[in-house]
Amino acid sequence: MIRPDGALEAARRRDVRARWLLSAPALLILAFAAIGPLLVVVLYSFLTPGPYGDVIWSFSTDAWVGVFLERDIFDDTLSLADAHMSIFVRSLTLATATTVLALLIGFPTAYFIATRPERTRELWLFLITIPFWTNILIRTFGMLEIIRNEGLINTSLRTLGLIDRPIQMLFTDGAVMAGMLYVYLPLMVLPLYASLEKLDFRLVEAGYDLYATPFRVLTRIVLPLVKPGMIAGSILVFIPALGAYVTPRVLGGGKTMMLGTLIELQFGQGRNWPLGAALSITLMAMVMVALLVYVRYAGREVRHG
Amino acid sequence: MRLKTTLAVAAMFLATTGLARAEGELNIFNWGNYTSPELIKKFEDTYKVKVTITDYDSNDTALAKVRQGGHGFDIAMPSQNYLPIWIEEGLVLETNPGQMENAKNMLPEWADPEFDPGRKYSVPWALGTVGVVVNTDVYKGPIDTWAVVFDPPAELQGKINIVPEMNDVIHAAIKFHGGEMCSADKTLLKQVRDTLVAAKPLWVAMEYSTIEKMVGGDFAATTDWNGSALRQRLQNPKIQFALPKEGFQLWSDNAVVLKDAKNVENAKLFLNFIMDPENAAMISAFSRYANGIKGSEAFMPEDMKTAPEVMVPADLLATADYSKTCPPEAQELYTRIWTELQK
Amino acid sequence: MARPFDVRRQRGFTVVAAFCFALLYLPIVVLVTYAFNAGESIANWEGVSLRWFVAAAGNAQVIDASIRSLQIATAAALIATTAATLAALATTRTAPYRGQAATFAALNLPLMVPEIVTAVALLIVFARIKMATGYTGLGYLIAAHTAFCIPFAYLPIRARLDGMDLNLERAAADLYATPVRAFRHVTLPLLWPGILAGFMLAFVISLDDVVITEFVKSGGQETLPTYMLGQLRRVITPEMNAISTAFLALSIVVVTVFFLVSRKRD
Repeated sequence: MIRPDGALEAARRRDVRARWLLSAPALLILAFAAIGPLLVVVLYSFLTPGPYGDVIWSFSTDAWVGVFLERDIFDDTLSLADAHMSIFVRSLTLATATTVLALLIGFPTAYFIATRPERTRELWLFLITIPFWTNILIRTFGMLEIIRNEGLINTSLRTLGLIDRPIQMLFTDGAVMAGMLYVYLPLMVLPLYASLEKLDFRLVEAGYDLYATPFRVLTRIVLPLVKPGMIAGSILVFIPALGAYVTPRVLGGGKTMMLGTLIELQFGQGRNWPLGAALSITLMAMVMVALLVYVRYAGREVRHG
Repeated sequence: MRLKTTLAVAAMFLATTGLARAEGELNIFNWGNYTSPELIKKFEDTYKVKVTITDYDSNDTALAKVRQGGHGFDIAMPSQNYLPIWIEEGLVLETNPGQMENAKNMLPEWADPEFDPGRKYSVPWALGTVGVVVNTDVYKGPIDTWAVVFDPPAELQGKINIVPEMNDVIHAAIKFHGGEMCSADKTLLKQVRDTLVAAKPLWVAMEYSTIEKMVGGDFAATTDWNGSALRQRLQNPKIQFALPKEGFQLWSDNAVVLKDAKNVENAKLFLNFIMDPENAAMISAFSRYANGIKGSEAFMPEDMKTAPEVMVPADLLATADYSKTCPPEAQELYTRIWTELQK
Repeated sequence: MARPFDVRRQRGFTVVAAFCFALLYLPIVVLVTYAFNAGESIANWEGVSLRWFVAAAGNAQVIDASIRSLQIATAAALIATTAATLAALATTRTAPYRGQAATFAALNLPLMVPEIVTAVALLIVFARIKMATGYTGLGYLIAAHTAFCIPFAYLPIRARLDGMDLNLERAAADLYATPVRAFRHVTLPLLWPGILAGFMLAFVISLDDVVITEFVKSGGQETLPTYMLGQLRRVITPEMNAISTAFLALSIVVVTVFFLVSRKRD
């Protein structure tokens, strides 16, 4: 079809206007309850902490200095903020490990569900969401009952005579990871399923008919097609895991901080809101960089879809 | 159409949102699991007022919320070390509970406290101590010392919990080194830091939920509040509570009427109401902490009247620090030690 | 047609899926078991009893908080899913236009902000509004929940839309269907699994929220999670397990009815 350039341009403009109109409700809600308040956080990171929490309205960059450098409590020398760095590294490591594990378990599960007969598929899907209907605190407590010293695993092992002293599983980094995996797993399975469900399995069969190995079928046919679901699932798991607060509190025993608990400390007992604000923005910056890299890399193959 | 089913179910839930409200109201903002339902029922029946309770889980959350305004609460229960901040920031209403009818029931040591001279603003709700709890099946030595957690015996190593209330932990470590409450002395704080950092590998956790973990065998020792210790002993008599000889804290939570309260008269009635010995005993029976009201023991359950955790011996009382607000300089050092400890 | 094997039955995947379901359900089984504990604690088993269900049913505060949680989650998930569906339609399957990337970033923003930060920010902003307008109702909680539910609803819908066959809609347009009719009869049915997943995610995310709710709630606006958080520092009794079990039973009933009804239609 050949149209004059002007008409094409007008149609394109109409299309863009319609798209803005469709996005408007979501953007308005977000402006009111997410973006606006966030600007307040940015502002607060440049203010002076009030003596008992809150802020004093005078400009200061102390908070930002405090994120990266620390003045020794006792001899006043400046050095790299080693405490903050190790907390950042720990949180990143645990969140990454949780995401990878969730993907490794979530993908086969989503595949399994997507390959069930149409009638039972929704049943399996609901089975994934049901644990979600129980509050996160309570589910975490369920996990605690299993891994504690007198819990299900230790008691079973002892009854079987495999161990004579309980294995300390609770209050370890492993426990935090297991807890986060358990809590966020459905967030991985659901979007993966949404992608897999519309995968045309005749393509997979065609691959096999052409004598491709299962591994090649997986990497060449299945994975590229479910990439949007993998991206969505990874984002949904990684980010809450990075800022997690409840799970480290309950299963980690609170001995070592994660980013979420560090930030909470500044807004709570630490009474240093500007530092808390600066730490939050640092965390968001980290997430955004990771996300941009991820989306750019993954988006390349998706676009032609 | 599935969409319609979803919408119909959703609409049903939403329809129940606009429920009517009672005539007389009172909104209480209190610590979780701290408000006796019997007490509330009795107050509602006596004064024909509908009471709602909303929980908070830390002094800082409560302070932040009330300070920002628009919260809709009438009464809150700040701890005594926070109360001066609330007063200074103009968050509480001067209701003069010290002049109320039931004020005569206040124990003399709580009638004119440093944090609220003359009881112009507050009424004692519950009070207690911070000490150590040990499972004496695991460790049979002396337990009346902070050394149990800061320089622990071999039997307890790797089984110790510290309740992560920053000010309580720093205070305990300061006492362990013979210092003064709220000290900002750097030589002393350096020792405090070193002790805490050295002891941390010997702890298993830093948690609030101690009761089921002590009873369930995940912890063999912990720092704790006395009311929590009492609940543990009632489930396992081998679990003992002690107030360390180096010194310990005495704290109280106090009911205040907020400046922007909408139901001031009901709130005042409530302050007076909880100074009645029988009502104060209800608070204690539920929360398992003592109160500052004379004659309330008579109405308390049997297991509390005789509980060593609840009643502080007079000779020990002399070594107690009444919990207070530390100056910001000290607080800043404490936060940095605390962050370093948990890195 | 004879095939070497059925691609729909990957034995290794089935094993992992079984593990996944076991992982998801084991803690729940423990949780439900302790709801029937006769003893005081969630740690020591002392025989079967219904006492904690009786206690929970008689606890007005719990009932109140549960109903409020459901109301907020329903409202927030509905609004968020609707807004997210529209936004997903706007931001996918298009040549890049000015502002598209910004829109995408804004939609996902709540995911990138740690909860505690949003909580404090909302506390500061909403408190000013509450004082200025005098309105202290559930609207603030619903707005806050809707905002952080939007990305959770948006992502699965977008994932579904990405690569959805455009030809069907083009065909509808060629057959002179209005855009609304084309959406109603072609796009929506195809998109439905994504929308359903988005709604469910949004609903449970809202139902679960602790930190933001704790800071935004006004007097008498306790939700179930904040009520539980309040209990966390004192002592946890099997009453909490009983409440959760009741919730679980309710959701299984709802989900089952939903499932059977939708099945009959097919």
